[in-house]
Amino acid sequence: MKVLCVCGMGFGSSLLLKMTADKVLKNKGVKADVEAVDFSTAQSVQADMILTNNEFASQLQGGRAFVKAIVNMASEQEVENAIDEFLSQN
Amino acid sequence: MSDYQLDENCIQWFNEKVNWQEAIALSAAPLIKKGAVTKKYTEAMVENINQLGPYILIAPNVALPHARPENGVKEAGVALTVFQQDVEFPADSSGEEKQARVFICLAAVDSESHLNMLQTISGWIDNEELINSLLNSESQKEIQQLLYSSKN
Repeated sequence: MKVLCVCGMGFGSSLLLKMTADKVLKNKGVKADVEAVDFSTAQSVQADMILTNNEFASQLQGGRAFVKAIVNMASEQEVENAIDEFLSQN
Repeated sequence: MSDYQLDENCIQWFNEKVNWQEAIALSAAPLIKKGAVTKKYTEAMVENINQLGPYILIAPNVALPHARPENGVKEAGVALTVFQQDVEFPADSSGEEKQARVFICLAAVDSESHLNMLQTISGWIDNEELINSLLNSESQKEIQQLLYSSKN
């Protein structure tokens, strides 16, 4: 599965989010390719799941990917809940 | 585990009520002072928020002001500032107003080399107890003690 972590710049909060997602996926034993990208790149990359903030989530919704807004980008619990929600639907 | 130790000069505490532009300028000031970023960096952060919305709000009450390396970064650095009063941000497209009080200003030279700084920052933010203590802190010294004694 391919996960995109999206923020404004592509190397601040999105990298932070990627670190959290990597940890969670590793703990769960789920194999996934996690990439941190900026908002404009995100619109042209195919992914199964997109993790981002509230603002970008509403703009990225409607595509093929499952989009989830994360409030605390460092919270393993919150990211794990998002990933569980995605996995249960697929 | 990587551990990034903040300079004493890069820890600040403010009592004054400030707007978000002032808060970003204040949070970047220690990095400008030590030559890690130029003044242009502050302008870029403010401009980015004007364009993209308050994307720097990465957790409840926590902001991570940053811009791109080419916006005036000379060397990597982090500065942490606690404002005792809420800093209000413009509403995002959902109309929801957001505020923050802990500002972690990040200067990165590229997308790889600041990973240990981010890991440390991630450890702070995921530590609810630490964030609550920071929010309740009453001096620069107190923040310093909290950060230096927190384990990642």
